Amino acid sequence: MNKFSPFFRALFRSQMGPLAALVFIVIAFAVADYAIGSGNFLTLRNARVITSSTALIAVPAMGMTMIIIAGGIDLSAGTALTLAGTVLASMLKSAPVTSDQPGFASYVAWALAVTVGTGCLCGWINGALISATRVVPFIVTLGTMTIFLGVGQIIAKESTVYAPPEHLPGWLQNLCYTGPNIEKYGVLPYVPTSALIALVLVGAVALLLKYTVLGRNIFAIGSSQATARLCGVNVPLTVLAVYTLAGFFVAVGGLLYFADVKNGNPSDGTGKELEIIAAVVLGGGSLSGGRGSVLGTLIGGLIIVVIRTGCTLLQIPNTYTHIIIGIIIIVAVIVDQLRHGSPEWLFRMLAKA
Amino acid sequence: MTTAPLLQVVGVSKRFGPTIALRDVDLEVHPGEVLALIGENGAGKSTLLKILSGAHPPDSGQLFLDGQPYAPKGPHDARLRGVAMIYQELNLAPDLTVEDNLMLGQPGTGGGTLVRRRQRGRVREVLQAVGLGDLDPGAVAGEQSIATQQLIEIARALISESRLILFDEPTSSLPQKDVRRLFGIIRQLQNRGMGIVYISHFLEEVREVAQRFAVLRDGEKVGQGELADVSDAEIITMMAGRDVEELYPVVPHRPGEPRVQVVGLTAEPQPQGVELELRRGEIFGVAGLVGAGRTELLRCIFGLQSVVQGEILVDGRAVGRGVRAAMRAGMGFLSEDRKGEGLAQDLSIIENITLSNLGPYVRFGVIRLQRRNAAAEQWMRRVNVKARNGFQRVSELSGGNQQKVAFARILHQRAEILLLDEPTKGIDVGTKAEIYRMMGQLAAEGKTVVFVSSYLPELLAVCDRIAVMARGRIREVRPADQWTEDEVMQCAILQ
Repeated sequence: MNKFSPFFRALFRSQMGPLAALVFIVIAFAVADYAIGSGNFLTLRNARVITSSTALIAVPAMGMTMIIIAGGIDLSAGTALTLAGTVLASMLKSAPVTSDQPGFASYVAWALAVTVGTGCLCGWINGALISATRVVPFIVTLGTMTIFLGVGQIIAKESTVYAPPEHLPGWLQNLCYTGPNIEKYGVLPYVPTSALIALVLVGAVALLLKYTVLGRNIFAIGSSQATARLCGVNVPLTVLAVYTLAGFFVAVGGLLYFADVKNGNPSDGTGKELEIIAAVVLGGGSLSGGRGSVLGTLIGGLIIVVIRTGCTLLQIPNTYTHIIIGIIIIVAVIVDQLRHGSPEWLFRMLAKA
Repeated sequence: MTTAPLLQVVGVSKRFGPTIALRDVDLEVHPGEVLALIGENGAGKSTLLKILSGAHPPDSGQLFLDGQPYAPKGPHDARLRGVAMIYQELNLAPDLTVEDNLMLGQPGTGGGTLVRRRQRGRVREVLQAVGLGDLDPGAVAGEQSIATQQLIEIARALISESRLILFDEPTSSLPQKDVRRLFGIIRQLQNRGMGIVYISHFLEEVREVAQRFAVLRDGEKVGQGELADVSDAEIITMMAGRDVEELYPVVPHRPGEPRVQVVGLTAEPQPQGVELELRRGEIFGVAGLVGAGRTELLRCIFGLQSVVQGEILVDGRAVGRGVRAAMRAGMGFLSEDRKGEGLAQDLSIIENITLSNLGPYVRFGVIRLQRRNAAAEQWMRRVNVKARNGFQRVSELSGGNQQKVAFARILHQRAEILLLDEPTKGIDVGTKAEIYRMMGQLAAEGKTVVFVSSYLPELLAVCDRIAVMARGRIREVRPADQWTEDEVMQCAILQ
């Protein structure tokens, strides 16, 4: 233990819980799958499915991680995500040219910019309202949650927007591809592109939180707003930046979701925010702020997806999956609290054993 | 004392992790006496009271109440056994009515309502006993003044027929006239034959209210006896384990030319029209009662509170509005609310020290963490923070060490004008001396130190000049050696 620097020890300690839970869950499903299932759990195919599905949660959860560390919450992340997806779907649907004609690439670029802009605008609205009115984030985003849903439904004309395949660029169609055809993997063979995007973004946010002034200010605000103010941190501006940045991740999440289901349905987003928040909390994020990590959130997302896919493979009905995930979340938070009440408890237990 | 002791503490010890809070402490409290428990912060007084009131179990040792073994399972159990604690921070349910608060947790309540009709008379009786006969039992508790809430807590102790009442620094947030009233009530409780344990920092107060004393130092009882038999200096020597002269180390310094000008500074509701001139190399004290506007004055100067009128000039240049402008002008602020505002309790020592000045470590938008950490650790050593390492969370440190971290932050920030709001509040005597020495050194380096304090002896000992504030205004400024304690008090109180 002494060969670890204090930093690595702290990192190890903070991520050990989620990591142990993930390993335990994977082993449990592998054993159950071997005993009573079809033996498809520990396959590369399933690993691809899991990483791609995790990307769908992890990307918007990056923004949520920053928000939660800053002591906030974003209930509108789900509907903002499908709003961005719906904007993309309807823009591609009404594309003036098809994918084999000239000018398509620039139109797609424009559509992507509008999609990302939509997400950032949603986040900016949240941040501006929270900074300007000082209403708690829970209430502000509860309001914008339904507003974004309504706006999405107006854009979708109260139905689902289907973009015809000839209006979709190939890379977008294959963004979340996890099947056997090697040619459909855009960047690395047999690695879903969505998972690569998620990894890059996770790395970027990890660096941002650790090595930039904005990152340190986010932790400071979440730990104590009064202290941050006293130290000359521009609290309203930082809050605005955090929510706007989170909007960017929500938009990328919307893009991935659209690439996965190939349509835009605004009401799909209802409930997604809870899954995103759950990933952050499973990863050790504290809803009272000041605590959380992108690595933890990534592991949290993996835990949720592994349970979901594992249950599907074992043909456990969806209803039970919900119950299992719920129990895991509560247990995880209890364990986390115990650990933080007395951070050395595990080391002590190990020493005794 | 011929009576049998009401409470006996025999060989009680308590550890919290590596720190020994109490070591083999013996104590006796007799019916009808007030025992003053004296000691520096962190000496173990509050821990001892928490053990008596059932909040913590002792690691070893025994307690006897009326000669019977007494091992409370929790604060509620202790209350049912007749031991009540009046905490420093008030413990009422602020949204409930006075009578609901009194009856909360009483045996025989529960079900539909807390207060039965036949209990109303009893409620009136105990309120009367603490001098709150005029208070409407249906009033909301949180809307009462702090002094009244404290009396309600005492009434709650009476209603549960407590025989032993424990007070943990009850006067720390009370105005003078309420302190008088509280002492009157304590005397009445004493006459009823109750035993009282009283913690306070203020020796004058202790002498007024208590008969016997016990001194704790580093978790051990180092002395006890009749208050009438000892001098203040003797008690302080017992508390600190050193002589009084060492308490106020003097670092020679000489005030230079004026640096800060405060012109007609006015805010709602205070300060009102404050004019000040602060010099280089000067320790400028601000005295006054709690609520006189001293904290507000500092917060206005530092840009934390919005100013209605007036301005602040540093070296002749007007300082803009807001904290960031004040910091650019070279100001640093130490908050009196160390837990809530002064420090981010969840963050590490390093984070706290460097938060206000990360600029020097940033290159191409990236913080060079190793440089930052090394610099922060250097400041930790300079101000002598006792901690495992710089990554330790601030919440795990003692009050004195936390204050040193807060100090290290404004030093790291390279502040030239240090605004210190009650920098020695809740800090042990040894650390206080270190802080006075630091202030003297800063002044010797030519920095301007503004020192707000409610404790007159330290202001008189440490400052070059002292201003007295009352009702948001500066009453008078004089060199420190031209003030006496009485004069300062008169100036602060009289119209």
